[in-house]
This record gives sequence, structure tokens and C-alpha cells, in this order.
Amino acid sequence: MTTVSTPVWGDSRISALDDDEVRRIRTDFPVLDQEINGKPLVYLDSSATSQNPRSVLEAEQEFYEQRNAAVHRGAHHLAVEATDAFEDARATVARFVGVADDELIWTANATAGLNLLAYSFSNASAGNVGGGAERFALKPGDEVLVTEMEHHANLIPWQELCRRTGATLRFIPIDDAGALRLEEAAKLVSGRTKILAFTHTSNVLGNINPVDVLVRMAREVGALVVLDACQSVPHLPVDFKALDVDFAVFSGHKMLGPTGIGAVFGRSELLNAMPPFLTGGSMITKVTMEQAEYLPSPQRFEAGTQAISQAVALASAANYLSETGMERVALREAELGQRLVTGLTAIDGVRVLGPAAGEERTGLAAFDVAGVHAHDVGQYLDELGIAVRVGHHCAQPLHRRLGLTASTRASTYLYTTTDEVDVLLEAVAQIRPYFGVTATGGKA
Amino acid sequence: MSGLDSLYQQLILEHSKARTGGDLAGLPALASGTAGTGESHQLNPVCGDEITLRLSVGVNADGQAVSEIHWHGDGCAISMASASILSEIAPGMPTGPFHHTIDHFRELMRSRGKLEADEELLQDAAALAGVAKYPARVKCAMLAWVAAEDALRQAESGVE
Repeated sequence: MTTVSTPVWGDSRISALDDDEVRRIRTDFPVLDQEINGKPLVYLDSSATSQNPRSVLEAEQEFYEQRNAAVHRGAHHLAVEATDAFEDARATVARFVGVADDELIWTANATAGLNLLAYSFSNASAGNVGGGAERFALKPGDEVLVTEMEHHANLIPWQELCRRTGATLRFIPIDDAGALRLEEAAKLVSGRTKILAFTHTSNVLGNINPVDVLVRMAREVGALVVLDACQSVPHLPVDFKALDVDFAVFSGHKMLGPTGIGAVFGRSELLNAMPPFLTGGSMITKVTMEQAEYLPSPQRFEAGTQAISQAVALASAANYLSETGMERVALREAELGQRLVTGLTAIDGVRVLGPAAGEERTGLAAFDVAGVHAHDVGQYLDELGIAVRVGHHCAQPLHRRLGLTASTRASTYLYTTTDEVDVLLEAVAQIRPYFGVTATGGKA
Repeated sequence: MSGLDSLYQQLILEHSKARTGGDLAGLPALASGTAGTGESHQLNPVCGDEITLRLSVGVNADGQAVSEIHWHGDGCAISMASASILSEIAPGMPTGPFHHTIDHFRELMRSRGKLEADEELLQDAAALAGVAKYPARVKCAMLAWVAAEDALRQAESGVE
């Protein structure tokens, strides 16, 4: 287990964002400057959706005020400007995750991205082959391997793909601390494994999975690797080429961008061999009444009018993050994650899910308060202006494995102050007394 | 914390822990088509709260009335307290007024705090009136009542 003192992205010359810088950053985020129930808003739900800096909001508005037109069609001046803005946005976001422009497909969000992949594979399985598409086809006897910690978005599309194709879905189990049981993974990966899909960092546990180890296992058997990078791209420096994955997905609204935009990365030779999912306008070369031929990636997967202004705004968000420095954001959030796990663990009756204090963790902590339901925890915190996520966080199997139906999750971002973490910790310490739960001393 | 205190009144916190009413977990499964008894399972997919409630109808001096309620559930203080209070006030209540009580409780919960609770009708359940100001929690309070309404409908129809 890597410790926080030597993070995987570590470069000793780079320092974490400090409190003064965070206070300056906060002035860029209008929504943070408000009171809830007479208390300053403490926004600790960025893993659900992040807030937007003014520059991102202005980028979207500027597009509508000055350049709005349909892209990749029409020859008038605005259409050219809009197309340039749209493709420049793609180049910016592609660069942000270390891939080539034509390897980045716009989607509505990470969920849509995973469904795009599952349905494209499904189309290959249904006989839409040729041009190398057969390598994506699944049949009875083939296996899709996921993990027990997946968000429903990286589980259900594969369940459905297996149901449609007759392939078998299997999963890599986790241990009680939430870590992947790699010795089990090594047994599960075999020549039958066609797809290995897993999350880079868990939205509940806050751990960082060993991508290199899993990619090596997949490569040995020729399986395709799909990475759910929804919680990593916003918070860590991520380079999909360096990680050597075949596909990856992420969402714009979790990385300071607007809702309605996200992306799929795919290696170019794979994308150009893969059957399309959504078909229609803007993704074709030649159409007759009987059939159509398709454009190469990325247009191949972008039928219909795209979320143009959102793409432009997402590029602005990527620039904001790049200018701040993703290494510095990651180091800052690692500090906040440790402050959370250390402080929460010290509270009687509170159990933090995932890595223990001192072990590598991103800036989030999901926890259980013994004797108090997560919804009541969230209600108590909301009264104090503290916004957290409560429930199963779209990871029911993971919660069940950890013996829970729901938990409370606090998650940070580059605008989170250490004071805010401390406000949360003080509040959580008052919850069991408020609900009259007598001290059991029992930390589950 | 006056807002929060109005939501989590002492009575509610006590009920959430005491959970009055018969424990369904100890009873044998209901045979399908058992006349006069209904059972309903309700789940709130947002938070995972769930309840299974069994309700029987019998005949007393006032005619047809709720005779007993057993339930088993897992959830937040609001949903568990609501189930506990319901199981305390319903037994002995004639089925007509019980339907009326459920309807009033639902209206109250959906009123966003604009409706006054009929304390005579709701008895201790009037303490849940504060929930109406928290739209995200209305489903928690309603869970047991939806189960009771469904179980009552089955019990009255005499078939499962």
C-alpha cells in the first residue's frame, strides 16, 4: 500500500495548494458564497457534482452570445466559428487526459460513455462485424470482469451486455478494508475474460486502484480494459496513455464543468474498428436507402447535434484545473482526505469505509455513525449548512459487502478549506448525542 | 436548531428507538389468500429504507376495524418512528376512519407545512407534521403508511 507521504504522482518539488491559495480560489466560485439555514455553506459533495468557477460559466455564455451555430455542417461564418470552438474544446480536454484529439468522444456523462461502449460491443456481438469489429463480440462462454466496488454505472451496463450476449459477468472481490483482492483477480482473469472494467478511484472508498497491475493481467489474456475515471480525472493528474488502458470515461460536471457533457477515451485503432452505438446525422460518409458508411472516430460516435456549449465550458474547466496544477490539487486533497479520515475515526461510534488513516486516499470519506441512519446524519449536517451525500452512492453491492445499506459521504475539491473539514468533524461528533444514542464504545 | 428540533421531536426519537408494534420477524410467513390479513413490503430506493407490514382486520363493536399490526423494517429515525406510531394508533380503529387518517396524513405530508395537523385524527402521528417542511424526507414518513394502506386494501378484499 502506497502511503500519503509518497503519492503515486509525487514530485517532491511540487507542493500542495495551501490555505491562502484555496481562499483565493474560492472567490472564483460564486455559489460557495452563501448561507444555508443562517450558516455559511460548507459544500462537501463535490464527488456528486462539483461547483463551477465564473470562467466556466462565462465561457458557456460567451459561446451562446457570440458563436452559437450547429457544428460540422453549414458553411457560414458562425458555423465555422462554432466548429472551431467545439474542436478546440476537444483538443483541450484530450490534452488534459493525455490522449489524441480523435480518441476523445463527447458523451452526456460517464454513464452514457459506459453505455456507449457496452452497446457498441453489443452491436459487434449481434453480427455488426467487419473491419475488425469481431474483437468486440461476446458470446456464451466469454466473461466480463468487474469489481465489487463499482458504481452502478460501471456494473449494470455490463450486466445487460452479458444478458444480451450470453456472456458471464464475474467480479473481483474486495477485503473488509475495501481493497481489491488481487490474488483473487489473478485467479479470475483467464482466456475467457474479454473485458476488464474497473474504477480508478472508488466514489465510496476513496482508494486508488492499482491500474498497472490490472492492466498487466488483462494484457496477458488479451482482454480489453475499460477504466471508470469519473472520480480520478477531476482530482488526480491522469494520463490514459501512460495508464495504458483501452477505454476510459469521465464526466464534466465532476471537474468544474457543466452537466450534460462527458467523454469516452478509446485507443484510435479500437474506436475505428468498433461499431457505432447511436446512429443518424453527422456520423456518416455515404448513405443510401439501404445502408450507410460511417465516419472515423470521433464523429463515428457523435450522431446528432452535440452539447456544444457544454464542451466549450468543459474545456474552460480543464484549463482552470491545468492552470492550478493537478498535482497540487491532488496533494491538497490527499491532505484533506487524511484530515477527514483521522478526525472521523477519532469520533466514538464512527466507522470510516475504505483505507485507514495514513493510507493512500483521495479527498473523500464515507462513514457510518452507529445507531444513526445516514439520512438523519445528513439532515443534522444540513441544518448546519453542511452539504454531504447520504445513501448508497449508487454502490449497493459495495455497501452490502461492508454490512451497510447506506453511508454518509463528505468529499472535497480544490476549493475546500481545512476549516470546512473541521466544521464537519465538530458537527459529526455531536450527532450521536443529539439522537440520544448512548455510547456503546462500539466502533463497528 | 429549532428547525431540526421540530423535525426530530422527542416523541419521534423515542419511537424510532422503541419501535412499538408487533415484530413481524418472529412470525411465520403469511399464507397467500389469508382472509382478513394483508401484507405489504415498501422500499425507498433513494436511501434503502424498507418496511414489511402485516395488518389484520376483525369485527368489533364498531364494525370492521384494524385488529393488529406487525412490522419489520430498517431505516432512518423518521421512517421507523412513523411506523412505530402508526402501529400504536391503528389497532382498534374502524377501517373507514383509518382510511381517512391515512388520507389526511398523506395530505399533511405533501402540504410543505401549509396544512394544520388534525390532532384528534392523527393522535401521536401529529408529531410528524414537521416533516412536511422537509420535502426530501416526506417519503421516509410515508413509507409505513403506504404499506399499511396496501395491506389494508388486501385485508378488506379478503384475498392476498
